[in-house]
Amino acid sequence: MEPKTKVNAEDGKQDLRITREFELPVELLFKAYVEPQIVEQWMGTKVIKLESKKHGGWKFQTSDQEGNVLFQANGVIHEFIQDEKITRTFEMEGAPFEVQLEYLEFTKISDDRSKLDMQIIYRSNDIRDQMLKVGVGMAKGINMAHNRLEEIVSKLK
Amino acid sequence: MNLRRDVFQAIADPTRRMILLLVASQAMTAGAIAANFNSARPTVSKHLQILTECELLEQQQRGREIYYHLNPEKMKEIADFVEPFRKLWEERFDKLESIMKNYKSKK
Repeated sequence: MEPKTKVNAEDGKQDLRITREFELPVELLFKAYVEPQIVEQWMGTKVIKLESKKHGGWKFQTSDQEGNVLFQANGVIHEFIQDEKITRTFEMEGAPFEVQLEYLEFTKISDDRSKLDMQIIYRSNDIRDQMLKVGVGMAKGINMAHNRLEEIVSKLK
Repeated sequence: MNLRRDVFQAIADPTRRMILLLVASQAMTAGAIAANFNSARPTVSKHLQILTECELLEQQQRGREIYYHLNPEKMKEIADFVEPFRKLWEERFDKLESIMKNYKSKK
């Protein structure tokens, strides 16, 4: 079976595309990006700020059980078109990568199917590749609790 | 303990990936790297040792200090680096889909 989520990172380029089809109406898919409580659930991070409007700011933060901050990211929303498009910047705090630009396009396929097309542009091809190689580890910090659980389970085996 | 180290084993660990990320832009001493973690210094040293053994990190003596920097050649060996990234998003999107399906039925 073909994977639902596709990532296209062409050699030598400084951007990448993530596409995915959802069995959801486009309004619900879009809502999952707008409602802080919902974002927190699927991104596995705390939403400190999410101003879903043009020139609005956002800030996500993940801490461990002791309250130590593991991951922090922030950015600005440049364009916000309800159920259609979000253009925003993304900056991982404490990481040596410069800000990246993200275009999120939401498309209706049918009444209960929709598509998300995400284009991420990095400062350079090198930064894109480094981000892909080691940035996953940072993003995984988001899922720290989940990772810890996996660790415990794997030790039980 | 298995002494054979390969790059994939090395990058499987979140702390080690974080270390690679830190030294990606500039060479750092063990102390400067350890300052970014809450783990005990020997734990960070152990991670540095593993990363150095598999040649993802290189040591460079500058005066009294040893600096760690990324070995870009070795990093290139991580050929299919897109797959873990894809999986990360697949997991997130699967979650999003199931949350919103419940949301829909609750309405």
